[in-house]
Amino acid sequence: MNLQELNGKLSQIKDKLIAIEQKTANRIFLSCEADNAYAVNKFLFEDVGCRFVIATGIDSDDCFEVLYHYSYDQTGCVITIKAFIRDRQQPAIESITPFLPAAEWIEREIHDILGIDFKGHPNLRRLILADDWPEGVYPLRKEVKK
Amino acid sequence: MKESIRKPVLAVGPFHPLQEEMEFFQLTIDGEKVTDIDVRLSYNHRGIEKISESLQFDQVPFLVSRICGICSASHPLAYVQAVEELAGIKPPERALYVRTIINELERIHSHLLWVGLAGHFIGYDTVFMWAWKYREPVLDLLEEISGNRNNYGNVRVGGCREDVPNETIPKILKGLDAIEKKTEMLTKAVLDDPVLHARLKGVGVLTKEAAVKYAVTGPTARGSGIAIDVRRDDPYAAYADLDWNVITQPEGDVFAKAVVRLLEILESVKMVRGALKKLPNGPIATEVKEIPPGEAVGRAEAPRGETFHYVRSDGGNRPVRHKIRAPSYVNVPSFKASCIGADIADVTITLAAVDPCYSCTERLAVVDRHGSVTHDYETLLRLSRQKTQRIKKDIGAPELKLEDF
Repeated sequence: MNLQELNGKLSQIKDKLIAIEQKTANRIFLSCEADNAYAVNKFLFEDVGCRFVIATGIDSDDCFEVLYHYSYDQTGCVITIKAFIRDRQQPAIESITPFLPAAEWIEREIHDILGIDFKGHPNLRRLILADDWPEGVYPLRKEVKK
Repeated sequence: MKESIRKPVLAVGPFHPLQEEMEFFQLTIDGEKVTDIDVRLSYNHRGIEKISESLQFDQVPFLVSRICGICSASHPLAYVQAVEELAGIKPPERALYVRTIINELERIHSHLLWVGLAGHFIGYDTVFMWAWKYREPVLDLLEEISGNRNNYGNVRVGGCREDVPNETIPKILKGLDAIEKKTEMLTKAVLDDPVLHARLKGVGVLTKEAAVKYAVTGPTARGSGIAIDVRRDDPYAAYADLDWNVITQPEGDVFAKAVVRLLEILESVKMVRGALKKLPNGPIATEVKEIPPGEAVGRAEAPRGETFHYVRSDGGNRPVRHKIRAPSYVNVPSFKASCIGADIADVTITLAAVDPCYSCTERLAVVDRHGSVTHDYETLLRLSRQKTQRIKKDIGAPELKLEDF
């Protein structure tokens, strides 16, 4: 899907986005605030028909980012939704697992490694950290050294 | 969470020092039927994403090739493609072909390995022995090219480290002929065997709708009638120049996935042959100076499905974030859709059908509704084989003999 077609489709949720950036012909990045991420995800999955690939949690300097990667397989386009979580003390974002079971594991993983709370997740227990890993230590945060 | 630790079921222990990936499936059963499945994983979490942040861009391929012993070509390829996109690097033509050749040989050996294991799980140990025998020459070819049977360490940002020498081409072609002949025979044997039809058809069905919801990839998706393949949809390396087909089967059962894999081996043979024929002359790597700040994604079709890497750079010599998604990460959760309601005897082969790493399938325990362990892995394997035996007897099929091969 080229940017023009996507732009046409995205016009319905344009007010929820901060920016649309096309890095190369097949790589599109959409930015939004955490509060709007649920709606944008739902739109890409249900209305555009993208395939969920994975999400990436990142500790940026002043905020947390959750990147949701989607693939539009008809044209081989990777669309990434970049959601910014500004609250560093109690980072939280709405879970997309209720409509997209494929996201269950990765939301649990991001919760493990960055301590982001996925509100509405049906089963937010530990996925990758050991059972005896201390509470409140999130290994992928920048303050945790290797 | 705490509660599940106290359950005696975990005492079965998902650890095995020889295996790289450990997972633990907890099945809740009612009589013979599976009513729920729970997966625990990361018993051997190696923190590769975190380690990657401490390595230089050109060191990371060696790290990611060790994510999986079998997919040790696809992970580094997805990674370097992300970095090359980030930095706007175009590798030389010959490097793209070498990458294609190695990745397709990897797919052939991985699929043959799966065919063998699947045979083992349903009590066809002859298939196991022979499929793995046919796999050996593929590893020899890979060793000839890269110096290693696995962990080829051949791909780097900007190209490849080792070339496919022109003088080895006749030898590779000869090897391919042998592999093709054996695979054709194996495919025919599977398609003609009434026992396998009875044993695997309608078992572990993953419907197309469930496959979309669980976002599965690779042969798991293609076996459910979803024609996705990164090699075709978002072409990389030399795939766009080659003549090949995406194999799909609509049924979604174990049989469909087996057929997809067997036919894919033949497509891969075709691709390697095509790539060797078209192999352009020239260098295999270009010089890489620095990686600018930015972010990019790279993906490759591994034997099990799409491998996805996301890399972010701040302009230094190390990635600030490197996210990796292996295909089993999305394929394994689909068991919730394919196993619930199934017979216990069908569970091993259903789990094996998405081809998680070998270890995944060996971590099984069945819990009855009171939470105690009733069946371990050995029992499940026995149940699975007994069912095959019953079917054989019912339809009066002869025992599979060595001479049949």
